[in-house]
Amino acid sequence: MYQILKKRRLSANVVLLEIDAPYVAKKAEPGQFIILRVDAEGERIPLTISAYDRDKGIITIVVQEVGATTIKLGQMEEGDCLHDFVGPLGKASEFEGIKKAAVVGGGLGCAIALPQAKKLHDMGVEVDLIAGFRNTDAIILEEEMTAACTNLTIVTDDGSNGHKGFVTDALKDLIEAGNQYDIVIAIGPMVMMKFVCKTTEPYGIKTIVSMNTIMVDGTGMCGGCRLTVGGETKFACVDGPDFDGHQVDFDEAMRRAAIYKPQELAAKDHQCNLMKMEVK
Amino acid sequence: MANMSPVKNPIPEQDPNVRNKNFLEVSLGYDEATAVDEAQRCLNCKHKPCVGGCPVNVQIPDFISLIKEGKFLEANAKIKETSSLPAVCGRVCPQESQCESKCVRGIKGEPVAIGRLERFAADYAMAHPTGEAVEVPVSNGHKVAVVGAGPAGLTCAGDLVAKGYDVTVFEVLHTAGGVLMYGIPEFRLPKAIVQKEIDTLKAKGVKFVLNFVVGRTETIDDLFAEGYEAIFVGSGAGLPNFMRVPGEGYNGVYSANEYLTRVNLMKAYKEDSDTPIYHAKKVAVFGGGNVAMDAARCAKRMGAEDVYIVYRRSEAELPARAEEVHHAKEEGIIFKLLAAPIEVLGDDDFHVKGVRCQNMELGEPDASGRRRPVAIEGSEFILDVDAVIVAIGTSPNPLIRTTTPGLDTNRKGCIVADEDGATSKEGVFAGGDTVTGAATVILAMGAGKKAAAAMDEYIQNKK
Repeated sequence: MYQILKKRRLSANVVLLEIDAPYVAKKAEPGQFIILRVDAEGERIPLTISAYDRDKGIITIVVQEVGATTIKLGQMEEGDCLHDFVGPLGKASEFEGIKKAAVVGGGLGCAIALPQAKKLHDMGVEVDLIAGFRNTDAIILEEEMTAACTNLTIVTDDGSNGHKGFVTDALKDLIEAGNQYDIVIAIGPMVMMKFVCKTTEPYGIKTIVSMNTIMVDGTGMCGGCRLTVGGETKFACVDGPDFDGHQVDFDEAMRRAAIYKPQELAAKDHQCNLMKMEVK
Repeated sequence: MANMSPVKNPIPEQDPNVRNKNFLEVSLGYDEATAVDEAQRCLNCKHKPCVGGCPVNVQIPDFISLIKEGKFLEANAKIKETSSLPAVCGRVCPQESQCESKCVRGIKGEPVAIGRLERFAADYAMAHPTGEAVEVPVSNGHKVAVVGAGPAGLTCAGDLVAKGYDVTVFEVLHTAGGVLMYGIPEFRLPKAIVQKEIDTLKAKGVKFVLNFVVGRTETIDDLFAEGYEAIFVGSGAGLPNFMRVPGEGYNGVYSANEYLTRVNLMKAYKEDSDTPIYHAKKVAVFGGGNVAMDAARCAKRMGAEDVYIVYRRSEAELPARAEEVHHAKEEGIIFKLLAAPIEVLGDDDFHVKGVRCQNMELGEPDASGRRRPVAIEGSEFILDVDAVIVAIGTSPNPLIRTTTPGLDTNRKGCIVADEDGATSKEGVFAGGDTVTGAATVILAMGAGKKAAAAMDEYIQNKK
């Protein structure tokens, strides 16, 4: 069993969990993910690794409560155990020969972009980290992000933190100001990654995205995670999840990601009704 | 005096129009009297042609003789001498092309129902536990690893533990059993039966490490460094192939692996399951093998009104077992034979709304010896469906071949192994679909068995 060693609520619907998973922690690298099941009847869901501690055997995940399983996860407490936890899955990110990088995170994606920024920063790479959130209440992991980069820029959609704008605006400003990036790493909602790629394309900056597709097994078996990259069918679980963002067919990927939206909403509704009943 | 009836005793089955709405087992099995009567059809031939037709050489006339005598537990024990999974094989083996195809009774009439008798003996033994503790073999002090808990791995593990090895099976999924659990549906192979077979292996001392991805969590070389003296790779052929026709990215297009995994392993057929699945009204399944039949029959049970099998050759070439085709037809699956999909059509919401197909005719035989389907010009038609399941085969998973230096694979990605399972890397043996490409449960079991013997010889000679 995989025990929850620490739980920290980061915002209204985002929670950070530290999981006791020594086998996974031993080999985990930035860019990789895990698959978990909450209980013996649960679905398998993939989550990108947010941090790992090889010595203590800990994997950190950050969860947004949007569907049946993530809502259950949010309700679990320290000391509780997850039924299954498998990984590390996917290919690790490759960082050879980079001197200066921009890491762009959107919302929950900031938690997933952290290990990449941290690894690059630890390698001596100059890292500009751009983090975007809906509003100031949604900002998570500010301290950790500050420690993992050279310069941190946080923008909000509504400007409630004093910096209104999208991550793409902030990125464009940095590029226009003369920053020469060897690589841009974008991690967040697919629509954000798509527009980061559109932003970097005219400048010819290599842009890597992390494709958080739907999957069942995460080991190349189901093919549910397939996407089109450079005209070819790729599996996010074994060929990725990192891909050259300028080659990814985002429109297809976004529509594929939406297939179970009705069920997600139903799960949330169901959950809310349950809670209402408990209040009575 | 032998029972000279030219036909097999029929096996009771759920009514097709009842069973196509539930996930309970289709076939109900022989009762004791029927089993004895069927066993009496066996002539107990001295040259035992049937045994030669079995990839694991079950001593068929011997176990059938025991059934004749009413010694059902002994019959099961006889099968278990060479087969580690009798309840499974009795259900899913293609007996018609193996043991039963060699049966002398088959010359003038139907062969003895060997598969049904095997199933009877195994089920009887499960229903009548003797209460005796499972015999744990004496340890020989050697540690071996098995990668993948499917039919090949389970058989290999069973044979090695019987020889006294300390066996650890590493499985990537959260449940052992491989295709027996995630692929073959409940109505054809109840999961409780598979679980019992696995529990027996556990009782004998086989250790199962689940949620462990060899090639990621640890590599083959890591396992050697941890003291495993030989490793069997039975990681299967799990990577689904797609048609490469336009529109396969639309929502509602599933690989058979994904569809079956969601339904079987993740229990999407149960109402309280957290695993989402799209409940289609009309489904087209591409392919004509057993997996295609399983997918089609699952889709029907999940509530689809019309389910089509779209296959580009004719009925004679269907790779599925005749019994599966027969069951599928009884349950109302519609066969669109000599038809090939050329495009999946989608609606404005990016969801499947149909399949454009083309009629085919059979031309000259191709490399596989089967007549090659040739498109008929101007024969296009559209099937109105809202989901597509692609069941045209699978390829070996790349995780092990890409992380194991010195392990040779062929151009299809299959691990290269000799007859006994030895690979190009010392101490590494392989068998089952990862070597042959997608094949049958029993062939994988045969490979696991041969490899176990070869691993034993390898370790004993090393001393």
